[in-house]
Amino acid sequence: MDSVETPPEPGAMPPPTRRTFYVAAIYGIWGLITAALGLPALIYLLVPPRMRRQNEWVEVGKMAQIPIGTPVEMTFRRMRVDGWKVVSEQNSAWVVKSPNNQITAFGPQCTHLGCAYHWDEAKNEFVCPCHNSLFSIEGKVLGGPAPRPLDQYETKVQGATLLLGRLQTPPEQSA
Amino acid sequence: MRAHWNRINDWLDHRTGVHTAVRKFLYEDIPASSGWHQVFGSVALFLFLVQSFSGALLAFNYAPTPGDAYNSLRYILTELTGGRLMRGLHHWGASLMITVVVLHMIQVFLFGAYKKPREATWMVGVVLLLLTLAYGLTGYLLPWDNRAYWGTVVATNIASQAPLLGPYLSRLLGGQGSIGVVTFARFFGLHVLLLPPATAFLIAVHVYLVRKHGVAPAPGDELVPKKKFYPEQVFKDTMAIFAAFAILFVMAVAARVPLEQLADPTDTSYVPRPEWYFLFLFQLLKLFTGPLEVVGSVVLPGLAVLALILVPFIDRGQMVRVTRRTFAFSFVALAAIGWTGLTAAAVITTPKEASQVAVDYSAPTDWMELSSEELAGVGHFRQENCVSCHAVGDTGSKIGPDLTRTTIHRNAAWMIQHFKSPAGIRPGSAMPPIQLSDLQLNSLAAFLLKLNPQNATALSDAPDFAVQGALVYQAHGCNACHKVNGVGVDVGPPLNGLAQRRSRSWVEDHFADPSKLSPGSIMPPFKFSKRDLDNLMAYLFVLP
Repeated sequence: MDSVETPPEPGAMPPPTRRTFYVAAIYGIWGLITAALGLPALIYLLVPPRMRRQNEWVEVGKMAQIPIGTPVEMTFRRMRVDGWKVVSEQNSAWVVKSPNNQITAFGPQCTHLGCAYHWDEAKNEFVCPCHNSLFSIEGKVLGGPAPRPLDQYETKVQGATLLLGRLQTPPEQSA
Repeated sequence: MRAHWNRINDWLDHRTGVHTAVRKFLYEDIPASSGWHQVFGSVALFLFLVQSFSGALLAFNYAPTPGDAYNSLRYILTELTGGRLMRGLHHWGASLMITVVVLHMIQVFLFGAYKKPREATWMVGVVLLLLTLAYGLTGYLLPWDNRAYWGTVVATNIASQAPLLGPYLSRLLGGQGSIGVVTFARFFGLHVLLLPPATAFLIAVHVYLVRKHGVAPAPGDELVPKKKFYPEQVFKDTMAIFAAFAILFVMAVAARVPLEQLADPTDTSYVPRPEWYFLFLFQLLKLFTGPLEVVGSVVLPGLAVLALILVPFIDRGQMVRVTRRTFAFSFVALAAIGWTGLTAAAVITTPKEASQVAVDYSAPTDWMELSSEELAGVGHFRQENCVSCHAVGDTGSKIGPDLTRTTIHRNAAWMIQHFKSPAGIRPGSAMPPIQLSDLQLNSLAAFLLKLNPQNATALSDAPDFAVQGALVYQAHGCNACHKVNGVGVDVGPPLNGLAQRRSRSWVEDHFADPSKLSPGSIMPPFKFSKRDLDNLMAYLFVLP
């Protein structure tokens, strides 16, 4: 600010009357009450709940059952916290085992609008029936409206068993 | 800017008349004698709005069926930020609203403001008082904890005693014999669907009548010029509203509203108590026994309500100065003494339940899922004051590592070595050795291995009786034959759910001589100190 305002002379301002005091107090207090109710209400509605007991690893099957180089759809049940309930849900994943035994597990929904896609053996790609999005065996978008590669589960191999963790958008590939 | 704003205002007023209406409302003439004594009506209206607001917010995360109601309320209290505040506002708001409505009524009564032509205003007001009480009655059931359940059992039984109407009332409330999903649905429906619009409508009628007849003047007001409602009286109302709001907010933040255990219809030891504003009725009932009970439960309260409604027709004298209404003052004083006496008697006679330990389920109960060994570990953890050096999640000191970080958890053997000689296993460690027996160190290690950011609440929330009980349990080696939460040995029966199977006295007798009560039992007799026994029993009886 370049111009410095000179404070008004004591006599220049009208003396605060009782009436202006009343009006100011009414507006001030109602503003305060609105804020004291409104802010906690927004926090209550918008802050996500404290999550409890999540991100558990789920066994989905034996490593030996997974063929090399061909995606297989594997289903498993997992507990999901849904508000005040814990529900057991049927989930599935498209699991790919590479020749060097590396496992990739894709989430079962197309990244476009969430349709269930499938593996087209003849074309050697994942095909979404809704809008013809196409994905490679690595999950990369080959065609169609899909905006990003397939989501992937965290994977872990314990002995001969495959475990899946959270479903994640691959960070290095996300837009 | 201001001109622009004025144009918008003018446009809006021309189309809707809203400004003219507000101006007419604010600049109403009120008697010169109006002042601080007339603020209660506005405060009551404000509290009704706060109740509607907090109630709607609670409903956003609440499932109105018995089992889910409890779980969803627990979710609001333990997992939602601000959830406890919302429930606090709604819970204490109910009490405050009843208080303010009664104060409003006392003021109107003392000043004789119900006299001609304001009889209808008064009568609508009495109905509003009854509606306010109906909120209290129906809302009491909605948490579906033991307190809610048993309080409502008593209330519906009282309703069923009403002469002639009793059976029908009982059927209407869905409470024939027992309380279940039907009663719950009806109470919820009344509380959120029927009562609020009825209240809003009657408030509108009430305010309309106040406006129609004007604020009641005092004798002598006709000689002095009238005042405007705005801003002086609005300022006074606002200050009173602010005072009420400040009280409510502080209570909602500071006074914890407990949640008891899930309603248990088989719990025969529970002593139900209604909310404080119904205690006098509850106590009145005790004065009448046998066939006379109906007098206390229905006849007297019914006559009181009838008398209240008919007040303007009983007292039809001229308006006089409030200071000369000695009869009205003595009447209010007598009623206040009677109410206080009955309420005090009810409070005094509330038995202190020695065997019942209240667990506050409005806090996380992760500690209930710990094995007794782990829970005993909590006891050692507290006793050794580990938090004076270690962080546990967000709390505690930061000198040592955060114990909820699972990466520092190794195995029990390493931990126990570390407890005994911290510097020996980790050179340079400033941690002093822990002087506990091997058995106790085992417990401590078991708990620490289980500790993670999610269940760290167990440390602060596990009640002392449970921790002490678990220590007694461990010290006597109960886990060598019994299981708690799946940990232990299957020689004797698992102890979870003991409260549902046995009474406290049975278990006490069983400790003294197991083979007498369970022929063939190989359990040896146990003798505990009174304190140990109390803690152990309380612990065993809260096991889920």
